[in-house]
Amino acid sequence: MASVRSAVSVKITPPVSAPTSREPQAPLVMRMTISKVNFYYGPKQVLFDISLNIASNKVTSLIGPSGCGKSTLLRTLNRMHETVRSSRLEGDILIDNQNILAQDVTALRRRVGMVFQRPNPFPKSIFDNVAYGLRINGVKGSIHDAVEKSLRHAALWDEVKDQLHKSAYELSGGQQQRLCIARGLAVEPEVLLLDEPCSALDPISTAKIEELLVQLKDLCTIVIVTHNMQQAARVSDFTAFLLTGQLIEFSPTPQLFTTPSDARTEAYITGRFG
Amino acid sequence: MSSRLRWRKLVSHFMLTMTGLCALVAVSVLFFILGYLVYHGGTSISWNFFTKLPAPVGETGGGMANAIVGSAKLLLLACLLGVPIGFFGAIYLAEFSGGTVAFVVRYAADLLNGVPSIVIGIFAYSLVVLPFKHFSTAAGGFALGLMMIPITLRSTEEFLRAVPRALREGAMALGASQWKTIATVVVPAAYRGILTAILLAFARVAGETAPLLFTALGNRFWSPGWAQPTASLPVMIFTYAIAPYDDWHRQAWAAGLVLLALILIVNIIARMILSRGTTVPRT
Repeated sequence: MASVRSAVSVKITPPVSAPTSREPQAPLVMRMTISKVNFYYGPKQVLFDISLNIASNKVTSLIGPSGCGKSTLLRTLNRMHETVRSSRLEGDILIDNQNILAQDVTALRRRVGMVFQRPNPFPKSIFDNVAYGLRINGVKGSIHDAVEKSLRHAALWDEVKDQLHKSAYELSGGQQQRLCIARGLAVEPEVLLLDEPCSALDPISTAKIEELLVQLKDLCTIVIVTHNMQQAARVSDFTAFLLTGQLIEFSPTPQLFTTPSDARTEAYITGRFG
Repeated sequence: MSSRLRWRKLVSHFMLTMTGLCALVAVSVLFFILGYLVYHGGTSISWNFFTKLPAPVGETGGGMANAIVGSAKLLLLACLLGVPIGFFGAIYLAEFSGGTVAFVVRYAADLLNGVPSIVIGIFAYSLVVLPFKHFSTAAGGFALGLMMIPITLRSTEEFLRAVPRALREGAMALGASQWKTIATVVVPAAYRGILTAILLAFARVAGETAPLLFTALGNRFWSPGWAQPTASLPVMIFTYAIAPYDDWHRQAWAAGLVLLALILIVNIIARMILSRGTTVPRT
């Protein structure tokens, strides 16, 4: 079902390199490929012919006004959209050239982890939260070491190492969100999706998480949805701008924020709407 | 203006007094029953009540040991039938079913909950007693179990639904299957509520008399096994209370007190479970 509106969407090719960067670039490896994705909730189409590539070990951010479909797009990447009964996805999404729709969904979600808008730790201890993913996936061996490693990666270890068996709810909101990141990292995902991870947090907690994201690039590929343009500019290497379900522009972040090629992008980033 | 204001204040005071009185009556009924029961039961109860069989007609003394054990056996059977069906049915309703199925099952459960207990008794009588030509513990437990199903199911479902969707998504995003998510996150998050629901269902059927009248019948002696008629506290209260002997009346008061104490204790435990520990914050 080709959409009428897809005619106006820009054909997006993988951005090659950030023009502002002076050092020689290693060739980009694409971790995920989204091609011609149309998405529906019941009869309502919310994504129109979206194609874009997610570069390996980079941070890709999805920005756009509320309701533009950025969270929906993010949720298709680990098939979380399937929790909504009436949803329907057309098109292909590949991870390492394998179609995600052809994979076992639990195996896929192990490779593509997710952190949500509001911190959602389980009503368990800090330790058990991080160990959860390992246990359900039947990981044997030293769970304790893996938990410590994940908490260190999430920059939370020093704050919680003496209270691992306390309830996760005793942590602050920012700590809970970093706990959720640690929980996601524990299963060693190739891609980590973050759906507005800082929108429920104060500025200091937000800064900590942003700093963390930049460090996590070495471990995995990161896709972040944010309604905060400054955040996208600070943390990401590539930025995709979505508007009413269409991909308007997808460029290296400095380019999108300094010399946007589409008038709508410019209008949005200069604050004329949204 | 001031006379109008005075009138409004008068109406306000009147309504406040009326509603307060109604609330007081509602509470005092419970305390009146409790007080009456403690007064009469307390003076009649003795150690023999818990350890002796009922005395033969014409003799005084004796106890209701067989009815206490009988009630325990009936309630055990009822739990074995009602809890698993109610619990797993609730999981299906809360986690898997679509709108229409859920509506039908929920409605049916509410109707079953509203079926008079004597009708449940007749049902169990024709299904279990008639084919075996025998009143039995099994038939009584079956009738009580049927009554537990809708209560357990509906309240367990409510507690499962109250678990935030974010927790389910968090587990699924880590690669947990739906069953694993339910078993490792949803049910543990709701277990206090579920336990409370089961205890309240238990307390509710513990005092039921009508479904036992023609299923478990009654027995003045021990009832070994599950296939014979058995005594139970509610039926004993019924039989003893309408008998013409003063001594039997005293025994009935004592039995009432024991039954009420049991139900109260179960209720209090249920409230304590529910109010303790970490609760999952609503989002």
